[in-house]
Formats: sequence, C-alpha cells, structure tokens
Amino acid sequence: MHRFANPTRFLRLANALLPWLAAAAVLLLGSGLWLGLLRSPADYQQGETVRIMYVHVPAAWMAMAGYTTLALSSLAFLVWKHPLADLAARAASPIGASFTAIALVTGALWGQPMWGTWWVWDARLTSVLVLLFLYLGHMALTNAFDDPERGGRAGAVLALVGVVNLPIIKFSVDWWNTLHQPASVLRLGGSTIDPAMMKPLFLMAGGYLAVFGVALILRIRALYAERRLRQLRLSLTDA
Amino acid sequence: MSEFFAMGGYAGFIWPSYAVAFGVMAGLLLWAWRTARQGEAEVEHLRAVGLDPRRRQDAGVDVP
Repeated sequence: MHRFANPTRFLRLANALLPWLAAAAVLLLGSGLWLGLLRSPADYQQGETVRIMYVHVPAAWMAMAGYTTLALSSLAFLVWKHPLADLAARAASPIGASFTAIALVTGALWGQPMWGTWWVWDARLTSVLVLLFLYLGHMALTNAFDDPERGGRAGAVLALVGVVNLPIIKFSVDWWNTLHQPASVLRLGGSTIDPAMMKPLFLMAGGYLAVFGVALILRIRALYAERRLRQLRLSLTDA
Repeated sequence: MSEFFAMGGYAGFIWPSYAVAFGVMAGLLLWAWRTARQGEAEVEHLRAVGLDPRRRQDAGVDVP
C-alpha cells in the first residue's frame, strides 16, 4: 500500500489505467443505454418510468462509493499524514457531490410521476440530502485555510464524523416508513429485480464507476499540480 | 420512432433524467480534465522558467 503512496509512482500507474477506464466508460454506458432504453421491458407497475432507474440507482451507489472513498482517504491522511491521501479526499468530494446531485434530481423526476410529488421529507431522501451537504461542507472546509495541511486535517475529521450517515442512508428504508421503496438489488436473501432490468442496471453502474475513476484520477492530477505549483512559487521567491 | 420518444407519456420525466445524469457527468469530466491539463502546463512552465534566473523576472515571478 505504501509503495503506491508515492505520488510519482501512483500517477504513473493511474495514467496507464486512464485510457482503459475511459474506454470502459464509453462501452459500458453505451451498452447500458442500448439495453436500458431499447431492449428492456417496461415495468408492470411503473410503466416506462422504470427506465429512470438506470440513471438514478447507479448515481445513488456512486454517491455512497464517493463518500467511502472520501472517508478512507481521510482516515489514511489522519493516520499516516500522507499528502496523496489528502489529495484523494479533496478529489473525491466534488465527484461524490455530482453523483449525489444526479441521484436527487433524477429521483425527483421519478417521484413526481410515481408518487405524485417531487420531494418528500422521508428518511431516505433527507439523509441523501444531508450527504450532499456533507460533501459541500467538506469542499468548503478544506479550502477555508491558508495552510493546506490544516485544511486537509479539518476536512478529514468532518468526513469521518459524517460516516455515521452512510448506514442511515442504506437502512433508512428499513428503519423508517419511507415513501422510497426498499432495496431490491443489494439486499439479504437475494435480489428481487428481473434479470432483463438487472443487466442494463449493472452495465450503467459499471459505466458510472468508470466515470468516477477517470474523474478521480484527473482531479488528483490537478490537485497535485496545484500543490507543486505552490511549492515551486515558494522555492522561486526564496531563491 | 415517435412512440419510442413518447415513452408511454412519461417523456417529460425520462428524457430530462437522462439529460441531467449525462450532462452532470460530462461537465464533471470536462472540468477535471481541464484543471489537470492547465495545472500541469503551469508547473512545466514555471519549472522551465525557474531553471533560468534571467527569465524569472520576465515571467513575473517575484524575486526579492
């Protein structure tokens, strides 16, 4: 693990991975769209609106995956104080926020025709909104300090405190009476979703994950360049 | 064809969902790519300038 904590080595590996991830994103999203829009049936209850699932559910998964990335990077930064972990945490939050926003907006567009309302303050929707605010708070806090080290630490603490929200989101549909439906794919006792819908859903989820990976690598590169620029400016003025 | 775009009467909800999802992801990737490229170009520039003291002042780097 520590071998890859060297930024140069990490970036060499990440850059080698980048074209493959980009190609995977195009292929997976392309085939997911094909199956999801053209080759999968309408739902017996929800009709054609079930197709919103293919863009909504993977976004919600990535919103959770983004926070997991943020939390693990923050933990690594607090424990080992490695700058790369700080960069990974800073890179993860705007990406997680983007997927959370997609989940919230597509959820509203699904809620209106199926529930008769764009928004309801039930436990699932509210806890996902809190997730968005955690991401935005993390972005604001890490940039609120002149010293990036202090900003990174403050952000890492916030990120770890916010982890409590993850099980709340996941189990909100079981613990409370929500308008949002309970889990049908990632649940104990097996999935209850039809294979014809499962396939496009997983293809889209793979595509979203590849997009997540590409964005994460590019943002780590951008933040690393920013950090080096700062050091170069300091060394040039000191010289 | 028009039946496909009508989406059983739910076109007004389904197509905006897809537009938002792909629009946000495209925007995210574009921003990430541009910030990475611009930052790295600036590092290269400053490194080249930094190696040559005479060019530092031309480049607007403060030299005390």
